[in-house]
Amino acid sequence: MQNATKMGLNCTGAQMSPMDSKEQLKASQEVRPDIPGNERKLALVRTEEAAKADAIGSVPIPGSARGMVKTALNKLVGVSPEVLIDKLGERLAFERGGVRLYEALMAKAQAIDAVDEQMLKTMKHFRDEEAEHLQLVVAAMEKLGADPTAMTPCADVVGVTNMGVLQTISDPRTNLAQSLNALLTAELTDNAGWELLIELADAAGQSSISESFEKALAQEQVHADTVRGWLSEEVMRQV
Amino acid sequence: METLTSLFDAKGCPLDKQKFTWREMASKPISKLDDDAFTRVRIILMNGIETDALRLKNIGARFHGELRQALAQVRRCEQHQATMVNWLLSADHSPLETTVAYEQVAIEVTAAVAQTEPDPYQAQTYRFGLLEDFDHLYRYSAMLDRLEGKDANNILQGYTDIIPSRPTTVHHRAPEDDLRDSYQRDSAALITKIHAAMITAAEYQTHDYYMTIGPTFADPLARQLYAEIASVEEQHVTQYGSLQDPGESFLEKWLIHEAMEVYAYNSCLEQEENPRIKAIWERFLDYELGHLNLVGELMKKHERRDPSEIIHGSVPKLIEFKSQREFVRKTLAEEIDLRAKGHEYVDKKNEGHASRDYRNQLNSEGIAAEAVSAGYQWAPGTELSLKKAS
Ligand SMILES: [Fe+2]
Ligand SMILES: [Fe+2]
Ligand SMILES: [Fe+2]
Ligand SMILES: [Fe+2]
Ligand SMILES: [Fe+2]
Repeated sequence: MQNATKMGLNCTGAQMSPMDSKEQLKASQEVRPDIPGNERKLALVRTEEAAKADAIGSVPIPGSARGMVKTALNKLVGVSPEVLIDKLGERLAFERGGVRLYEALMAKAQAIDAVDEQMLKTMKHFRDEEAEHLQLVVAAMEKLGADPTAMTPCADVVGVTNMGVLQTISDPRTNLAQSLNALLTAELTDNAGWELLIELADAAGQSSISESFEKALAQEQVHADTVRGWLSEEVMRQV
Repeated sequence: METLTSLFDAKGCPLDKQKFTWREMASKPISKLDDDAFTRVRIILMNGIETDALRLKNIGARFHGELRQALAQVRRCEQHQATMVNWLLSADHSPLETTVAYEQVAIEVTAAVAQTEPDPYQAQTYRFGLLEDFDHLYRYSAMLDRLEGKDANNILQGYTDIIPSRPTTVHHRAPEDDLRDSYQRDSAALITKIHAAMITAAEYQTHDYYMTIGPTFADPLARQLYAEIASVEEQHVTQYGSLQDPGESFLEKWLIHEAMEVYAYNSCLEQEENPRIKAIWERFLDYELGHLNLVGELMKKHERRDPSEIIHGSVPKLIEFKSQREFVRKTLAEEIDLRAKGHEYVDKKNEGHASRDYRNQLNSEGIAAEAVSAGYQWAPGTELSLKKAS
């Protein structure tokens, strides 16, 4: 793996082809835009489309609401069950994806010539914690009578959000620092996600669930701090 | 103009020696940042040609039972060639960036072809289509800037201008105005046949690409823009496809297609600077010569015809892979107001009712190409660089 940042023949900038760039700029100054207006025209259509768009999807109806089992969902106070289930589904999807991100990163880190064994061990540890976290969420959803195998709207949307993170880490050409930078995006969001979920469970009077999540949050804080540290070490090492 | 006469004489690599592995088909991609834009242009062009090789041979197999086995055998190689070529595009290209590259192919390759095409009507057709893809580039560049905040020139690398051309709004024509006169199989030059097969292949791939990625966009304007321009690319396929003589037999078309592949790979090989990619062009040139010879034998067997009736004479030395800025500007200045009426090119004031009515209907609820590019002026570093903090 090419782990160092190097100067080279990057062709993308205007300064790499000064003659062509001059011509190109001249052309765009001489041939004026043919449609009057500015980027607000585009914004206008976006607003119209947003106003009439359908939702991504719905939160599945829990077993209890179909009268199959009496569950804790009936006892929820102060928060609508669909919001809690949706966000639980989101965390579940996120943690599942997190396990795969660590696996991809570990495979890449193995390719480093002088691989830091301690770092690899820690990554493995974090990967296992992500797997435990997803089981925590499964347990909470089951306790509430919700289906942990369904993809809730927020679960779907974080999948879209994290596509860039996954593209970055799974590309064999990205180096350790670039991959850690992507992972940090995930871990920082993950921390905020757990905080919000705990707040939500508390508001719903689900103190046993929120307590079980405190442990996950504490571990996620260690993840974020550690990844941030690895990233800065890796970048500073190259300076 | 320099020409070649012996390009098609070599026997090439026999089909049973044309072998691949999965690992080499999905091998290392190019660098979006460090490779020359024309390396990417060649990759996109050749993928378009290879996927068209598959298309032609699959459709041929629907009509010709006696050729099915040979078609299946050659097609398997085309499939793996297409894979190896297309997989050279790296994953850091966003679909919109790849789109910008596709339009660069359409502009630069069509401009090169328009200048070496000996038939004046066919050359006029290439210039006509060229101006439309030139406009697509401008609309997509605005979209890329305003959606992803990226500079299209990071892809174009200074070779291609980003300015309005014949507006996309007026590209939408009635189907009968997209048909063209075809060349005559007995009198047309070999290069005329090669050009028609090549540009049709490239446009087909552009169409299919837009149809595939259009719905993967979340942004409503991007979805609308791809819907709109994919329709124009279908018109381009209709236009360029009708340049070919419908009187050619299937084997004749197949033979021309293989000759076109030979010609295109040879042009890639001669101009490629990335040694790893150059080796692929060289290998595939040899494979295509193998295909060409095989089809020649089939023609002798099934049609009792000598393939040299078709594959003879000289062809221009190369498809020139270089910036065609001056030619494109000249064409823009002289032909921006041309429209098509039936098979003819006319001034915009003489355009027919069929296309006007067709377009008025389609454009009646808004035009994405206009909404995304209103007031758009490209500048190095995106239009945001024009609004420097004061
Ligand atoms: Fe984590
Ligand atoms: Fe091929
Ligand atoms: Fe186009
Ligand atoms: Fe086109
Ligand atoms: Fe071929």
